[in-house]
Amino acid sequence: MIRKSIYITIVIGSLLACTAWGANPKIKVGVIAEMTGDMPAVGASCKNAALLAVKEINDAGGLEVGGVKKKIELCLEDNAGKADQSASAAMKLITQQDVVAIIGPNASRYTIPAAEIAETSKTVLITPWSTNPKTTLDATTGKPKQYVFRACFIDPFQGRVVARFAFETLKAKTAAVLYDVASEYNKGVAEVFRANYEKLGGKIVAYETYTTNDKDFSAQLTKIKSAAPAVVFLPNYYSEVPLQVQQAHRLGLQMPFIGSDSWGSAELLKLGGKDLEGFYFSTHYASDSASPAAKKFIETYKKAYGAVPDDVAALTYDAFGLLFTAIKNAAKDDRESVRKALSVLPAYAGVTGDMTFREDSRDPVKSAVILQIKDGQFRYFTNAEP
Amino acid sequence: MIDIRYVLQQALNALQLGSIYALIALGYTMVYGVLTMINFAHGDVFMAGAFLFFVAAVGFHLPFVPALLFSMVGTALLGAAIERVAYKPLRNAPRVSAIITALGVGIFLESAVLALNPYPRSIPSLIQNVTWTFEGVSFSSLQVLVIALSVVLMVLLDFIVYRTRAGMAMRAISWDRTWVPLMGVPVNRIITLTFTLGAALAGAAGTMYALAYPVIDPYMGVMVGWKAFIAAVVGGIGNIRGAMLGAFLLGGVEILVVAFFPSTYRDFVAFSLLLTLLIVRPHGILGKARAQKV
Repeated sequence: MIRKSIYITIVIGSLLACTAWGANPKIKVGVIAEMTGDMPAVGASCKNAALLAVKEINDAGGLEVGGVKKKIELCLEDNAGKADQSASAAMKLITQQDVVAIIGPNASRYTIPAAEIAETSKTVLITPWSTNPKTTLDATTGKPKQYVFRACFIDPFQGRVVARFAFETLKAKTAAVLYDVASEYNKGVAEVFRANYEKLGGKIVAYETYTTNDKDFSAQLTKIKSAAPAVVFLPNYYSEVPLQVQQAHRLGLQMPFIGSDSWGSAELLKLGGKDLEGFYFSTHYASDSASPAAKKFIETYKKAYGAVPDDVAALTYDAFGLLFTAIKNAAKDDRESVRKALSVLPAYAGVTGDMTFREDSRDPVKSAVILQIKDGQFRYFTNAEP
Repeated sequence: MIDIRYVLQQALNALQLGSIYALIALGYTMVYGVLTMINFAHGDVFMAGAFLFFVAAVGFHLPFVPALLFSMVGTALLGAAIERVAYKPLRNAPRVSAIITALGVGIFLESAVLALNPYPRSIPSLIQNVTWTFEGVSFSSLQVLVIALSVVLMVLLDFIVYRTRAGMAMRAISWDRTWVPLMGVPVNRIITLTFTLGAALAGAAGTMYALAYPVIDPYMGVMVGWKAFIAAVVGGIGNIRGAMLGAFLLGGVEILVVAFFPSTYRDFVAFSLLLTLLIVRPHGILGKARAQKV
């Protein structure tokens, strides 16, 4: 009860704070999260971790910027799980709330439009969870964007990791893929997986698609069944995967299923239950095999929200860590200085592992983990280095 | 080379999808029949049916049959209430106003459910699901239940519409709304009955959909609603048997396209075929051309 009321106070406080004119100098940071729409669990994790990160800094007196301690103000925006609302939320934060930087959105199909706005408005945007390469690349020139950063690895790496895992660890010589062709993330991972799996010598026997919000996959799964692959790859979001696996089991498919980091929400287990037992997916960090710094974060998060932080929460926390480090390094809190400091940051040790940044790339180099779903929980299975 | 077992398996999939479309399409076509109005909120009534089933199953721990009835009665009341509050005052307004209102009611229902519950929900499996495999064709008890229940409901509706006095009144109103009231037919009561029946079928469809695809969310009715509406138009909107035919046709075409083409082309090919059909038969398969009254 007390926990809840503290939490509510934080939320209300931060919402009010955003519009109030304080006498003390403050740093405004915007957050865009998927709080309603088709992946509310992602938005909730992002928001929770953001509140936690800001609370920690403010409890310590604020962030030191050039010798002055400044408090952080959080401006939360919901993108309602829509691409257009992500763009307008970014616009609102930049022009009306006058934030220094934006954290979020998380899913690539919402991050890409928001990133376009951030880039043209010259405001730093750090996405915690968007793994699609297009997020940080300029669409016309193919060069890295100047103002868009991320805390996670990218899909070409993830696709390679999963392909290697399927071919070498699971020893599957044939594979099928079923993915959402209308979603940037799913399409990206599926393509990289196919290319890498075939390069390794595996054979893709079925490559099937559907579009967002489809609920019936029986025709595609029947096709996959008749192609008889050794493994099925489902690079889809946590709200759809349970349906796909359940229908597959009903149609008599018995091979293992593997997934990507979009599986990594506790909601997946709630929706999927026993049907997911024994399956694997690649993701950003494992809460049961974490570094000491990560353990501290996991403990604090558990105490505040009564749940183990998922990868979105951990990455959001790291995104804030990156931003705070950059502001500290810059010793200034204007948009341009923050961008400069971020772009020359060589490395950062986050709760999701050590990241290093290469010159002229906005994407961190970091390792991935493979988790297995066992006894209704995510369990660390193996590591994949970059 | 086409494997016959593969075709049979896909045919079963098509039957399951088609029977759910059919139950929803019936609601569109019945309302259109009596009011020449397209009730765009119908897809969201279907969604409400799925959520009512969820409430009955998870909140009240009801077994399957009472939960199904709970959902059907709940949506029936909802359908009647929507008609009374949103459509009746507009009975004599331009038809565009009624359509806009219907869209508004749909968005209202979506947002109301969203406000109460933003998370997708999983439905517990209330019936023991057994998968039988016969000569390489798998079919589950769930599939059989969905198809059988839809057929029973459709036969029941067909009986009501073609064999009872109320059904006769419904058909009479759809034939002529100016003169039929003068013959002593209680128009308002029959219209309410139509909405109630249509909504109850949508509730049943929502329940079965929730069982077959056990993750439900507030927007689940949008796409399914459109598809059912298209099925009703293809079958000949206003015609009850046409709606059933159109729904099974749409389900069949969707599944067959995936079965024999790359799945990316599903909606593209399916809807091109249906459009072609409408060019050949503009009033749908069983629809009749009616002279426009001026």
